[in-house]
Amino acid sequence: MSLPDAPADDLVLEGLTKKFGTFVAVDDLDLTVPQGAFFALLGPSGCGKTTTLRMVAGLEDATSGTIRLGSDDITHRKPYRRPVNTVFQSYALFPHLTIFENVAFGLRRQGRKDVKGAVDDMLELVELGEYAGRKPAQLSGGQQQRVALARALINRPQVLLLDEPLGALDLKLRRQMQIELKRIQVEVGITFVHVTHDQEEAMTMADTVAVMNAGVIEQMGSPIELYEHPNTTFVANFLGQSNLICGTVVATSGARVHVEVEGAKVQAPPGVSGTESGEVWVGVRPEKLNLSEAGSEPDGGSNVLRDGRVTDVSFIGVSTQYIARMPWGQELMVFEQNTGARSPYRVGDAVDLHWSPDHTFLLDPAQDVTAGVEREDAL
Amino acid sequence: MSAASLLSTTPVASASKRGASRTAYILLLLPLLWLFVFFVIPLVSLVSTSLYDPAGSLETGYAMTGHVQNYVSVLADYRSHILRSFAYAAAATIACIVLGYPLAYAIAFKAGRWKNLMLVAVIAPFFTSFLIRTLSWQMLLGDQAWFADALRFVHILGPDGHLLATPFAVVTGLTYNFLPFMVLPLYTSLEKVDPRLMEAGSDLYASPITTFAKVTLPLSMPGLVAGTLLTFIPAAGDYINAELLGNPRTQMIGNVIQNLFEGGSYPEAAALSVTLMAVIVVMVLVYIRRAGTEELL
Repeated sequence: MSLPDAPADDLVLEGLTKKFGTFVAVDDLDLTVPQGAFFALLGPSGCGKTTTLRMVAGLEDATSGTIRLGSDDITHRKPYRRPVNTVFQSYALFPHLTIFENVAFGLRRQGRKDVKGAVDDMLELVELGEYAGRKPAQLSGGQQQRVALARALINRPQVLLLDEPLGALDLKLRRQMQIELKRIQVEVGITFVHVTHDQEEAMTMADTVAVMNAGVIEQMGSPIELYEHPNTTFVANFLGQSNLICGTVVATSGARVHVEVEGAKVQAPPGVSGTESGEVWVGVRPEKLNLSEAGSEPDGGSNVLRDGRVTDVSFIGVSTQYIARMPWGQELMVFEQNTGARSPYRVGDAVDLHWSPDHTFLLDPAQDVTAGVEREDAL
Repeated sequence: MSAASLLSTTPVASASKRGASRTAYILLLLPLLWLFVFFVIPLVSLVSTSLYDPAGSLETGYAMTGHVQNYVSVLADYRSHILRSFAYAAAATIACIVLGYPLAYAIAFKAGRWKNLMLVAVIAPFFTSFLIRTLSWQMLLGDQAWFADALRFVHILGPDGHLLATPFAVVTGLTYNFLPFMVLPLYTSLEKVDPRLMEAGSDLYASPITTFAKVTLPLSMPGLVAGTLLTFIPAAGDYINAELLGNPRTQMIGNVIQNLFEGGSYPEAAALSVTLMAVIVVMVLVYIRRAGTEELL
């Protein structure tokens, strides 16, 4: 008998902590992954996302805290007794076994009947039926990735863990596999927990993204929520790019927060930002900014920052990326769609920057303005 | 492309290819010569010696009579030695696996920063001569040694029981002397096994024992097969351990061959050597076929 509001088989992490010596890899993590969700743990390398995943798989012991699946506490259960399977980053296919035997491995260990039928069906699902007799080394990277997925999925785990499963694939194949993974997740309806450092991958695939940094979750929500209303400088910079300008909140009326920025008055929507009083970082995404000739009058109600000077123009094709130096010395990024409405600005042009108040977010001034800025060498 | 350029490039390309293969043959020449002088000629000489008339002697010389009877007589006379040799070699090989596998496993997966030191420790005995090490076992297994005393004390060994000059001593000596030949190839094989495969095994409902049986052991088979061959083959032909640690009733085929040579019975000694070689070659072929590691050949 189950209670009327009994939790579904959600994956619930409570106070989960992992220390390696004095280094805290995962710090008092609370997280609920609803059953059937496609959940992404997004963060830079070393942020603790893989450690979290390994604790759920049972490959790493939690220092403290609990891991529950529905009403089962699985914190201290052996990995081979958990209804959880993993798609490993390196695939970890058994090189001495055929594709068929790799996929059949989990079923055979559980003593299941009709292994042949189940494996054939699963290989069909990942479109590798004709490769059943080959060894992993005879397959391409993308095919091996699909075998790793099939080998885990065939066990119908309650939760499927994916540890950077597409990291070893080239860009084109990765895009293709992202769509494929999404299709399969919808088809089988199993909870997917996907660990990645690729923000684009997390946003395209997951319905819920948790951004992790230094062992804690910075912010969690749908990709749109996270992108449009980041609550920390880390999220603002790690998910896409942001212009962050120093400002001071001067008043809060019902529908708008009024902020003074370097002599200009701008407005932000209330109730969605990380902070709403005193000193703040005023944030706006580069593609939300519009450029106009200096001195022109923008639409009523827009936020305007005047007297910028274009210092760099990169023509990308679909868009043009500008860097504009503001009177107070800060350089702001502006992405403009290449609609062809007018010819692009050139270096040295004087411009005004304006944007809708709804696209403004405010952040805690104590936070590092460069947190989460992606560096090439960090990847 | 013009006909002229076709003509000019093709001969150059094939000439350089021919040049490369000629270099390969030149490089092969020396080892082939070495093999011919030190393997083919002795082998032919050994086989022909085994067919000499046994009536001859070193002083009078031997007559080549194609005396196949040599084989029949040595097999009849020394059948028990042959069987004993293979039994001792098999026992020593099994002991080497039992001792060596956990050791190689520990060095490969658990040793951490002690890995190199442990490998050196495995090889270190080679710094002392084979003979000296085997003589040391005479001391260790002697009636007055603490080991025998201890065994007598706990009544595993009777009051006048011996360790030295028993089959146990011979197998112990063989095991000791050939253990590194088991450990090193096993280590090389195990070291190549990705620990993530073991994690994958446990993630896929395999207990540690099942993971070992289904993943680690099969992947270490090349090392196990190589180690077995490197242990079994020399152990079967060894005579030092039986000589120094055994008694007349523990004599192995190696001792017999040595005695026959010393006694001047060259044809019999040669026949026995060829027999030993043939039996080992057949056993190795069957074993490798069975273990499914043909790529070793």
